[in-house]
Amino acid sequence: MSNTKNIMIVGVGGQGTLLASRILGNAVIKAGYDVKVSEVHGMSQRGGSVTTYVKYGEEVFSPIIGKGEADIILAFEKLEALRALPFLKKGGKMIVNDQRINPMPVITGAMEYPEGILEELAEKTNLTAIDALKLAEEAGSVKAVNVVLIGLMAKNTALPYDLWVETVRETVPPKFLEINLKAFDLGYRS
Amino acid sequence: MTKYAENCIFNKIEDNNSKIGVITAGISYEYAKEALGNRVNYLKLGMVYPISADLLKKFAEGLDRVYVIEELDPVIEETCLAAGIPVIGKSAFTLLGEYTPAMIAKAVFDEEAPAGVSTDKQIPMRPPVLCPGCPHRGTFYVLKKLGLTVSGDIGCYTLGAVAPLASVDTTICMGASISAAHGMAAVRGGEFNKKLVSVIGDSTFMHSGITGLSDIVYTKGANTVIILDNSITGMTGHQDNPTTGKTIRGEATRQVDLIKLCQGLGVEHIRVADPFDVKAFEAAVKEEVERDDVSVIIAQRPCALLKSVKYTGHCEVSDKCKKCKVCMKLGCPAISVDQNGNVKIDRTQCNGCGLCVGVCPFHAIEKKD
Repeated sequence: MSNTKNIMIVGVGGQGTLLASRILGNAVIKAGYDVKVSEVHGMSQRGGSVTTYVKYGEEVFSPIIGKGEADIILAFEKLEALRALPFLKKGGKMIVNDQRINPMPVITGAMEYPEGILEELAEKTNLTAIDALKLAEEAGSVKAVNVVLIGLMAKNTALPYDLWVETVRETVPPKFLEINLKAFDLGYRS
Repeated sequence: MTKYAENCIFNKIEDNNSKIGVITAGISYEYAKEALGNRVNYLKLGMVYPISADLLKKFAEGLDRVYVIEELDPVIEETCLAAGIPVIGKSAFTLLGEYTPAMIAKAVFDEEAPAGVSTDKQIPMRPPVLCPGCPHRGTFYVLKKLGLTVSGDIGCYTLGAVAPLASVDTTICMGASISAAHGMAAVRGGEFNKKLVSVIGDSTFMHSGITGLSDIVYTKGANTVIILDNSITGMTGHQDNPTTGKTIRGEATRQVDLIKLCQGLGVEHIRVADPFDVKAFEAAVKEEVERDDVSVIIAQRPCALLKSVKYTGHCEVSDKCKKCKVCMKLGCPAISVDQNGNVKIDRTQCNGCGLCVGVCPFHAIEKKD
């Protein structure tokens, strides 16, 4: 459906992509859209590549996003951004956390981590790169990287700021609410 | 039942005034709707067996072309053909894998998927790895160091087959770690058996390891079985099992005692060892493989992702590092070597489990708060 917004969240298992997709999914539900969220589980806690599809609009059918169909890709790691590149629409928005996490074939020396990823993405996409780790530390925890990135992504949607903040409040564990609200804000205003 | 299927409310016809029909069910309907929209008529089956031939005929009447869109085997398609309705199914789609809206649009309307953005760069795979703090890492580090043949099983610990741990030699099916090793020992003899262990998780052992172990005892085998007791069923997402003392719903229940269970099977040599106490664990394995009798080592340390497990702080490499890279043999995702050969520990990945601290021969890794 042409009026459907397609967002892909990609990253490395353990980075908190699933919580990020839950915040995003809850926010668009709250905004009154028909929503489908589809996660590639299993590898999520074990350092593998993880992908979540979030689709919202008047009526959403297929839960998956095909090549060339994503309006926004939110990448928690540079290599994963490059891996997801074929899924981005021509002229689509690429939001990348400027962080490098070496996969095991790079750690063991079997393969090289490609150089110049951000340069290539800047040339081929509508790119916003951000050091989310630094902002998360500023918010009070390196684990808040996911919420910093959701904050930055929120800015690229038509949903109002207050609705996002309310969703973050309802979705994250109460114990870490303050840190997460700060992280969201830092991402949103970056 | 067939009569019921004819008017069943879960079988819906969507008439969009088209000359093309699509018979489909489940997720394939969502893909078809996305790809074809209201340009075709749909028969969406909510109940796929039995299918009413009358319903199929009613839907197909007056249509120029009817597609059956279903993943894998042509079940609906063959039902249509048997009812004398000429449909297009696997000749236009595939028997293999999952369908996508793009392939349906291509097959029905010859529409191309949108061109994506491509890259020429070589992208390294990111295979799953044992988590930082995983208790199995200590076990496989020792088994690899001792150069043993490792008969593996199904669980997170199957990842012990992947470099750099590269320790697990066989994975067949649940329970096969024990029974396959039993067979290897029987064929290859006693000396080979002294270089052979089975590894099986606590819940897989409960599922299908007990019979194999009892058979080794019964047939006077001398295998060494390592039960990787991480206090949970890890890979499938932390389900409780008979060894955890909780039901699948989390209620308290009677708990299987692995030691008593193995004793009951007739195993006389059973010991518990902590795989993070690398030296003691190595000594235990060496001793048990040498033994001319069946033995069980319970490698006990809980899964690092359990809420009750609270590793704190992080590990750091000090200037005592001699770049020997022994720590790299652990295959910990937090540890890597930079272009200059310096070992780095990524704070965002490290959970402070401290396994690397004990492995470093130069005491160059320190635990920090």
